[in-house]
Amino acid sequence: MSAGATSAHSVVESKAVGKWIAGLLVMAYALVAVVPLAWIFSTGFKSPPDSISYPPKVIFEPSLEGYVNLFTNRSRQTPEYIESLGTATTWYDDIVRKRNMVITGPSRFKDRYVNSVVIGFGSTFLAVFLGTLAAYGFSRFRVPLKDDLMFFILSTRMMPPIAVAIPIFLMYRTLGLSDTILGMILLYTAVNVSLAVWLLKGFMDEIPREYEEAAVVDGYTRLQAFIKVVLPQARAGIAATAIFCLIFAWNEYAFALLLTSGNAQTAPPFIPIIIGEGGLDWPAVAAGTTLFLLPIVFFTVLLRNQLLRGITFGAVRK
Amino acid sequence: MAEVALQDVGKSFGATRAVGGLDLTVGDGEFVVLLGPTGAGKTTTLRLVAGLERADTGRILIDGTDVTALPPAARNVAFVFQQYSLYPHYSVYDNMAFPLRAPGQNLSKDDIDRHVHETAKLLRIEAKLQNRATQLSGGEMQRVAIGRALVRQPTIFLMDEPLSSLDAKLREDLRVELKRIQRDLGATILYVTHDQLEAMTLADRIGVLSQGELVQIDTPRAIYETPRNIYVARRLGSPQINILDAGLLAIAGVPAGAAKIGARPEDVLLRCDGGAAATVRAIEHLGVETLVLLEVGEGLVHALLGGAAPFAVGDRTTIKIRERAAIAFDAQGDRIPPPPDRAREAAYGT
Repeated sequence: MSAGATSAHSVVESKAVGKWIAGLLVMAYALVAVVPLAWIFSTGFKSPPDSISYPPKVIFEPSLEGYVNLFTNRSRQTPEYIESLGTATTWYDDIVRKRNMVITGPSRFKDRYVNSVVIGFGSTFLAVFLGTLAAYGFSRFRVPLKDDLMFFILSTRMMPPIAVAIPIFLMYRTLGLSDTILGMILLYTAVNVSLAVWLLKGFMDEIPREYEEAAVVDGYTRLQAFIKVVLPQARAGIAATAIFCLIFAWNEYAFALLLTSGNAQTAPPFIPIIIGEGGLDWPAVAAGTTLFLLPIVFFTVLLRNQLLRGITFGAVRK
Repeated sequence: MAEVALQDVGKSFGATRAVGGLDLTVGDGEFVVLLGPTGAGKTTTLRLVAGLERADTGRILIDGTDVTALPPAARNVAFVFQQYSLYPHYSVYDNMAFPLRAPGQNLSKDDIDRHVHETAKLLRIEAKLQNRATQLSGGEMQRVAIGRALVRQPTIFLMDEPLSSLDAKLREDLRVELKRIQRDLGATILYVTHDQLEAMTLADRIGVLSQGELVQIDTPRAIYETPRNIYVARRLGSPQINILDAGLLAIAGVPAGAAKIGARPEDVLLRCDGGAAATVRAIEHLGVETLVLLEVGEGLVHALLGGAAPFAVGDRTTIKIRERAAIAFDAQGDRIPPPPDRAREAAYGT
């Protein structure tokens, strides 16, 4: 190809102006995406008056009051009573007493958070585990009615899951799964497994059968070949699938609100209703949201390399 | 190493018959090449021997033991695939050690290490052992793939076009090397290819397959000189054999009933006394040799000349087939054996 003919279609180097425009667009999008997160993060460190001040305060005196309120239950006392307690022994007692309050005990946030972790990761593990096996089966074996089964699995996602909320609510009440961690794990697994099967089947199909056949001829059983050869190569796909499943289970709000209350409630329905004096305690809500975001960020960063490594079928020539 | 025998083996995929009534014996230490076009059943035959496919009919014996119903792991065969043979997530060393770490091998770490290094030395890939499989060139990858097969002592090596994904130069190098290794180890090899040059140079015997059936199996020379039918004649030899109508050229000693005459391009003689008139239509210089396309009456004939051709396109010349070189075929395309050569019998007493 001649240089003149390729300039219009070159994918190697774009014009400097194009780079600038692309850069500005990315910056603009990043701004739109990051500002709410930054606002939540900063609100978590504001005092309640600062959090609702108008005009909003960008520069403020940082305080851990939101985090203290998030983790504790408090009650209002008279200044005389507070004075009779003497000096506060801990920094969080000190913060609370400045508002004429005393800590009466831990809040339920920790329990809710632990529930979220157990249910989120538990259902993700189950969905990915079942999805991997099912995808491998669909990819490699002659399954009767394969196409119909795959369509059936996909069809479970054709309506919003919440559309079946009432039947599930009744079913769970009858089975005693209502407000249990097991019930929520099963529910999220059921919703996620279809996604997992479809995503992973695509990845499995991409792994040449020759790898397993070579292993089988070399003296390995089918299961060993699966574990030693297929799983390592499906790693990127499994990581991607796990992130999708975790994000759904972690962020799910409607079922959690409907099916859980005192026992198995997860963080999403709990955080927005943290009530302070005279309404919502915004710093506490923001602090809870910040902490709630962390595992997903951590998990995604942890698996980032797996995701970026992508589908490295480098040892083959296509 | 062992003898492998297929007895009346058949395999169909749905309505498609891949292999039918196949009888084939690969002797101990023998290098047998299966030759045929795509879809002839070559790969299926290999997969049947490996146990990756289960035969519908017939029996497969390895060293006299019926393995027809055994899983691949129990057959102790080694398979070299055309591609996708290395595990990208392992190093070269781990790739080669993989068969040795299989359950049932029970080898110590030292034994595995020794076997891997010996094989790597044989294949001249010692320097690459710690590389990731993905960092190798195509030729190195196929070397490692062959190494994976060599590293343990299988009963038979099954090779499915192991060189076809390589470029021409590399293919030639590895071909020579493969033959050397086979001789050194006395390995039994069943090798599949559609490249007739590979078949001719590597094989002790060549089996020519067509639509799942073994048409002919014999030494490369016997197959080249006495092909059973036109199909086999066309599969071997480059440039391809000329298949002419029997009446096109006057050839002495053609048996009665011959419908077609096969003449290898190197057996076509030009500028000879008593030959038929021909016109040069095209000339290809192949380096050492020259390929000339001639028009004779209604037919086209390729002639392969040693050295440069003293012709130009459009020249007129005469053409003749070398004596006793013509192969006669009947109307069905089967070869008709030449009548006993009286003069030859008289001279040599055979």
